[in-house]
Amino acid sequence: MATTDLAVSCHEVRKHFGEGETRIEALRGVDFSARFGELSFLVGPSGCGKTTLISVIAGLLDRTAGELAVLGTRMDDLSGTRRVLFRRQNVGFVFQQYNLLPALTAAENVAVPLLAAGTSRKEAVDRAKSLLSRLGLGSRTDALPSTLSGGQQQRVAIARSLVHEPRLVVCDEPTAALDHASGEAVMGLLAGNAVQPDRAVIVVTHDTRVFHYAHSIARMDDGRIVDVSRPNGSPRTADRGPTDSSVQEVFA
Amino acid sequence: MNFVALRMLTGDRAKYFGLVFAIAFCTFLLENQTSIFASIMRRTSSQILDVTDAEVWVMDPQTEYFEQTKALKDTDLTRVRSVPGVAWAVRLFKGSPVARTLSGKFAVSEVFGLDDATLSGAPRKMLLGSWERLREPDSVVIDQAGYVLLFPGEPLELGRILEMNDHRVAIVGISDASAPFLSVPIIHTRYSEAVNFLGRERTQLSFVIARAQAGTTPEELAARISNATALRARTTGQFMWDCIRYYLRNTGIPVNFGITIAVAIVVGAVVAGQTFYLFTVENLKQFGALKAMGVTNPRLVGMILLQAGSVAALGFAIGTGMAATFFEIFLHKLATRGIVLIWQSVGLTGACILFVVIVASILSIRRVLVLEPAEVFRA
Repeated sequence: MATTDLAVSCHEVRKHFGEGETRIEALRGVDFSARFGELSFLVGPSGCGKTTLISVIAGLLDRTAGELAVLGTRMDDLSGTRRVLFRRQNVGFVFQQYNLLPALTAAENVAVPLLAAGTSRKEAVDRAKSLLSRLGLGSRTDALPSTLSGGQQQRVAIARSLVHEPRLVVCDEPTAALDHASGEAVMGLLAGNAVQPDRAVIVVTHDTRVFHYAHSIARMDDGRIVDVSRPNGSPRTADRGPTDSSVQEVFA
Repeated sequence: MNFVALRMLTGDRAKYFGLVFAIAFCTFLLENQTSIFASIMRRTSSQILDVTDAEVWVMDPQTEYFEQTKALKDTDLTRVRSVPGVAWAVRLFKGSPVARTLSGKFAVSEVFGLDDATLSGAPRKMLLGSWERLREPDSVVIDQAGYVLLFPGEPLELGRILEMNDHRVAIVGISDASAPFLSVPIIHTRYSEAVNFLGRERTQLSFVIARAQAGTTPEELAARISNATALRARTTGQFMWDCIRYYLRNTGIPVNFGITIAVAIVVGAVVAGQTFYLFTVENLKQFGALKAMGVTNPRLVGMILLQAGSVAALGFAIGTGMAATFFEIFLHKLATRGIVLIWQSVGLTGACILFVVIVASILSIRRVLVLEPAEVFRA
């Protein structure tokens, strides 16, 4: 499992919620990996465990069993507070509903991860404005989220996920609420800015229109990875489950 | 992150102003009711406090409050004077005769008969004339509110005549006496004059007022007088609280005000506390996003406390300003003089608001602390 080009490595990861009759097995032994320098897509039907898996990978949820290493760090080695600090320093988030703070301007929203790390307000906002300009939103840095279009809000969210230069960016349905053109633009930004040799991006999505951005596509079903393909690289065989089905079948 | 917390707080103007004004109105109501209540209670003993010369009041052992007097024997004055530690002791008459003007207007008044030789107990705050002119025969000093009551619409003027129990007396001074519990004229005159204003009784000595010698505290002196004479001797402060306690025990005033104050606290706590709690709950998604991005729990607690503290401080300041304005505008009249916003009420209200905000903050903090950051992935 300890391969150096792997940003994320999961082995037999399990996660259940509740106990007794209400117990739900969300992850049933997941083997998954994401490489540096790649956009790794997680796809699958609703309720198959995609969001749970990226929550576990990002350190937002504790797994029930299995091994997990993120950016070369075994998550078992991190206590609660150290895990929060690890997440703050190394992980960026893009949410389906953007989750921008409505009272803050675009630049201030982007600056939040820097502020959380203790950067001064002025420096944080300056860096945020600089990044927003690079992402094509230089004229909207002082705009409130409510005055931005959906695509612009998601671009602000992407800027927020990148501003502190994390090595792992986790995106949950980043294009779900966007039209095709906006979705393309958002994925283009992610592909162009988040994907670096020392960074990895994991994208949970249902949006087949953006699959062409993926370096690898892992298909989940019923809490397991059932297929991994590499449309922009050599197909990679999943450790478990069928290997030759197309991810498009998921949405057929 | 402090500015993020404050921007979250003020971002939704409707919620923000709702929060601030919930606390402001709670503050206003509490300060208003507690101050009026305390001021009314203070009025029950305002004439005791106006006598700044004396430190100890001696009275019949069965006396419970200022309005209830039973005459002492004239020899009691001498007995009090003989107690070690007494610097001086003089007699004080208190009665409630009718005062009538030449035009026929009349009112029941509160007359204080002062020791003829020393005039101890005379009002020290004079608006017109001098209390020393009480040495003139058939002279009285009346308080401003009493003057206005008996001579409505007329300017303050010395020399006017009052008729008291068929005795004609001239007004030689107008005092600024504190408002009594009942709005009646406060009239000061010499003891020898005052006893003529009421039907003659066998004894007429209402109180002996005394002052302690240097080195003797009023409390010590009061205890010595009680032991030596079997009379009731109280310091000015003790007598004031005796009166207040009497009214608290024997009137419906505390119950009525107590209900209003309790309602103000409960409604204020529910409205302000609930509003702040709901504010946090409605922002859980935002707190969850911050948590996911690595904002630690202590930092989030600090943000919530900052939000609660700033909204409480602003609401409390506005509410106190409203209360002060209310007292300044509506209670700046002779009839309601002495009813003021007291600092104890402001302090008590501040403590109540702090308590409400702390409880609301704890409930809010709890919701944020147990919040799973993974919740932010739920659409």
